[in-house]
Amino acid sequence: MKQYFKNTFDALWTVAVGMKITFKHLFVPSVTIQYPSVKPVMPERARNRLFVNMDDCIGCDQCARACPVNCIKIETIKATPDDSPGQTSQGKKKALWVTKFDIDIAKCCFCSLCVYPCPTECIEMTKVYEFSEFERNDLIYNFATLNNADIQDKQQKYEQFMAQKEAKKLADAKAKAEKAKLEAAKKENDKPESKSE
Amino acid sequence: MYELLQNIIGNDIVAFFTAAAIPLFLFILPYVLIAVLTERKVSAHMQDRLGPMITGYHGIFQTVADILKLIQKENIRASITDKILFNIAPYLVFIGSFAAFAAIPFSSWFAGSSADIGLFYFLAISSLVVAGILMGGWSSNNKYSLIGAMRSVSQIISYEIPTAIVVLTMVMLSGSLNLDTITNQQTAFFWNWNIFGGAATGIAKFLLIPLMFGAFIIIYISTLAEVNRTPFDIPEAESELVSGFFTEYSGMKFAMFFLAEYANMLAVSFLITILFFGGYHSPIGYLGNSLGIEWMIPIEQFLWFTTKGITFVLVQMWLRWTLPRLRVDQLMTVCWKYLIPYSVAILLLVGLITLI
Repeated sequence: MKQYFKNTFDALWTVAVGMKITFKHLFVPSVTIQYPSVKPVMPERARNRLFVNMDDCIGCDQCARACPVNCIKIETIKATPDDSPGQTSQGKKKALWVTKFDIDIAKCCFCSLCVYPCPTECIEMTKVYEFSEFERNDLIYNFATLNNADIQDKQQKYEQFMAQKEAKKLADAKAKAEKAKLEAAKKENDKPESKSE
Repeated sequence: MYELLQNIIGNDIVAFFTAAAIPLFLFILPYVLIAVLTERKVSAHMQDRLGPMITGYHGIFQTVADILKLIQKENIRASITDKILFNIAPYLVFIGSFAAFAAIPFSSWFAGSSADIGLFYFLAISSLVVAGILMGGWSSNNKYSLIGAMRSVSQIISYEIPTAIVVLTMVMLSGSLNLDTITNQQTAFFWNWNIFGGAATGIAKFLLIPLMFGAFIIIYISTLAEVNRTPFDIPEAESELVSGFFTEYSGMKFAMFFLAEYANMLAVSFLITILFFGGYHSPIGYLGNSLGIEWMIPIEQFLWFTTKGITFVLVQMWLRWTLPRLRVDQLMTVCWKYLIPYSVAILLLVGLITLI
């Protein structure tokens, strides 16, 4: 019987205690962030979407090799001396045209391992975290700045240059052989270093 | 009100239906819209959130938008459901909860039906909800709906007993089943309210006060259980039964269950107000009386009545976001082992005191 009244009292008392707590919380400022209009401040070293500054990229392929999930695809063409890709912002000479720099962000695991090996610090993790897409293919980001015509042009130039080089080599070899013949004919033994490449 | 409309329209039946529909469309439906929003805002702030914030200033048009959306939605009915019962159920629940308002006196000018068996009618018509819930749960042909409906029926029928006993106590004290008469016995100042012993004088009043507080707590708990609100929401029990007996409903039929729940909350709050807190009477006298403006008194009475009613609705919301759900056995324990013995004891004691 004593327990019965105690139970009754406990029930009412604990309800009152609970109600007091919820009433207090009615006046506590809310912790909600009104997300689409107010964005939360990201931490200092937050790792989100990758960004590549193509002006600085030298196409060294180190980031692609560091990537554990192989989400970076890089293709390059060697630059010809008459058509240089210029320099990076730190004064490093670029020797390659980067024709393809694709990052499949859907595969990316945000490990940031591609960021550390980059010699020119051109690939980085930004604080952008809203990049959902309707199509999965839209998540493959193309960073390469060259368009198809340019790429063909560069390819052609490179092939031309290589062909020229080959031709020159052949010509040089021929000239060398002829000279050697000539000199052999002249019967002189010293061999002058004729033309340098 | 009815006489006025009769004079304007000149037709008994049209006047009757207009008089019956006016509180529904002018007061109860807007109230439900506001109450749903209030519930969401109150629950949000109790959990340190903000609640709806986009539609209008601080989301004040959220429920209007919700209702517009629900009106546009398709009424999906699974092919295996019992078509007739499935379609009737939401209307039965809706009618059951809204018809209860017919007997409620809002002010001396709009005294409802002022039927002599108003209290009895109120209890009887709000029990119609049980039939609607069982119909909805059974005809859905869904195990969760059926479990929800079964739980709801067992719960509502159990908790009607303490409600009825407390109502019986109040009927014994006031000697009337007419809600308007009960209200008018508690006129003038707040010490005449039934919770402070009513119109009794002398030692009887002081003996009645603790009993009335007990009776008030009992009827508050049991009516809370009757409207299926947390902590007594095992019929809905979102976390275990999807949403109980109205799992299979969509669109406006779902909205009907939803509106009925909130209308029910207000109806039982009004009942408690009338039985214990002086109905539409002001606790501190009327401004209209002291200024000598006769027509202001009914308006003040209406405001006092709705203020009291909505206070109890807010307390119901407050309880909902404070307490966890009761288990079925705990639910039955509370009803049969605690509320009913206490209410019977109060009934007997009040009977003895009224003999003094």
